[in-house]
Amino acid sequence: MIKIRIKKEMNTPQGKESLALDLNIAKGEFIALFGRSGAGKTTFLRILAGLTQPQEGYIEVGGEVWYDSRKKINLRVQQRRTGFVFQESSLFPHMTVRENLEYACDDDNAAGSIREWIDILGLKGLEGQKPDKLSGGQKQRAALARALVNRPKILLLDEPLSDLDIQARIGMQDEIIRVYQKTGITTVLVSHDLSEVFKMSKKIFVIDQGRIKRSGSPQEVFVDHDLSGKFKFTAEIIEVQKDGVVNILILGIGNNVCKVVASDEEIAGLKAGSRVIVAAKAFNPLILSQKK
Amino acid sequence: MHLDWQPLFLTFQLASIVTAILFVISVPLAYWIAFSKKRFKYIIETLVSMPLVLPPTVIGFYLLVVFSPQYFLGHFLQTYLGIRIVFSFTGLVIGSVLFSLPFMVNPIKAGLQNFSPALIEASYVLGKSSWETLCRVILPNIKPALLTGIIMAFAHTIGEFGVVLMIGGNIPGETRLASIAIYDQVEALNYETAGLYALILVLISFFTLLVFYYLNRKPLKIF
Repeated sequence: MIKIRIKKEMNTPQGKESLALDLNIAKGEFIALFGRSGAGKTTFLRILAGLTQPQEGYIEVGGEVWYDSRKKINLRVQQRRTGFVFQESSLFPHMTVRENLEYACDDDNAAGSIREWIDILGLKGLEGQKPDKLSGGQKQRAALARALVNRPKILLLDEPLSDLDIQARIGMQDEIIRVYQKTGITTVLVSHDLSEVFKMSKKIFVIDQGRIKRSGSPQEVFVDHDLSGKFKFTAEIIEVQKDGVVNILILGIGNNVCKVVASDEEIAGLKAGSRVIVAAKAFNPLILSQKK
Repeated sequence: MHLDWQPLFLTFQLASIVTAILFVISVPLAYWIAFSKKRFKYIIETLVSMPLVLPPTVIGFYLLVVFSPQYFLGHFLQTYLGIRIVFSFTGLVIGSVLFSLPFMVNPIKAGLQNFSPALIEASYVLGKSSWETLCRVILPNIKPALLTGIIMAFAHTIGEFGVVLMIGGNIPGETRLASIAIYDQVEALNYETAGLYALILVLISFFTLLVFYYLNRKPLKIF
């Protein structure tokens, strides 16, 4: 069990905001923190890893106190040994993939573990390559291997897929799920990509302005309307257009943009950036297989 | 015409020793200036860069005063430890280290400040201390900055005149460097010898810098 209760003043582009989070993560759970950029997601991960110090709070991981402002306990980042995958590639550029993994290992008998992770994450053949020769997806796979090779207690993923193209992102999502299923490692994913947190995590914490606004399963958190629709998507409104007597909503659903007609009542209170659920009940959609 | 090679050897000896000493002290100093959050670091930073703007004779003068046997420190060193700083090779080393300090510290500091903080944090997260991170992650990635510091400090020491003349004087085999030998020869109206020394220094400086710029044409690719 991981217990976290922290307070921290943050400097955001919108001015000073306070981050106040209180959450428990069960051992072996895969949770996601979802929210806009600047909401405090990354700060939370950094505090957990020991890279940023909160003003006050308490962090306990597996019975070990990592931080306690009252008792003035603060385990250094080096002692916490979390597995951290950053948004940008953080592979050391002067080292090969193998050397990056070796650097992460303390003892010299880690060759087996390094080989194992190179195998699991499909890095065979790339061990001798320097990071600048790797694609974005390969870099993040190598960074994930480096984070895991020393068997950390907790895996922290700070938007590790946001710089990848859609194909690489989907591949990497599957890879992370596979690693999680294999190791059962407690994992915290930070993301602002709805489909990603939907697909990957069992439990979601929605963070807004430094507070947890909602939490629960992806279904509970995002699909809070009781509909019996034949299909439904979560969408973001890109634009609301008036066209004669009807309104046209331009919606972003995943990576697609589509237009739907909406009545005046339906668009009341909606503006660009609002999140909505789009559902259709009256017809059967066509399901076509997608060319790879 | 007789050319005494000793001033040239002495110049190289001095430049090599000074560069080695500067490298050892500049890495931790530059690291501290680059990453410390202490306010008074700006005072240290300013002091390090003072030789860039001061006439060399000012530093030479102060060193002469501080280390003169007539004053406390110089007297103490000479009487109790038997070390004489003024008009000695040791004095040249001390003066040159101080005078070339910014040429080594500033490029290394710039290299450290431009280095990705994310990579430093990645190393900490992997359990590595700041010392290990410096040696195994940061320094190997700022080799061009290190090389710049080494070459600049070396070349600058070769080209020194004011400081070394003030603190070292012109003792053959002890403190007579190539730059001083030129001055000496000109004073004695031996323009030919002075010209030869000057030409040798020009060629050495030219090729040192040429090799440096050639090696540094593609940062990070050279090692």
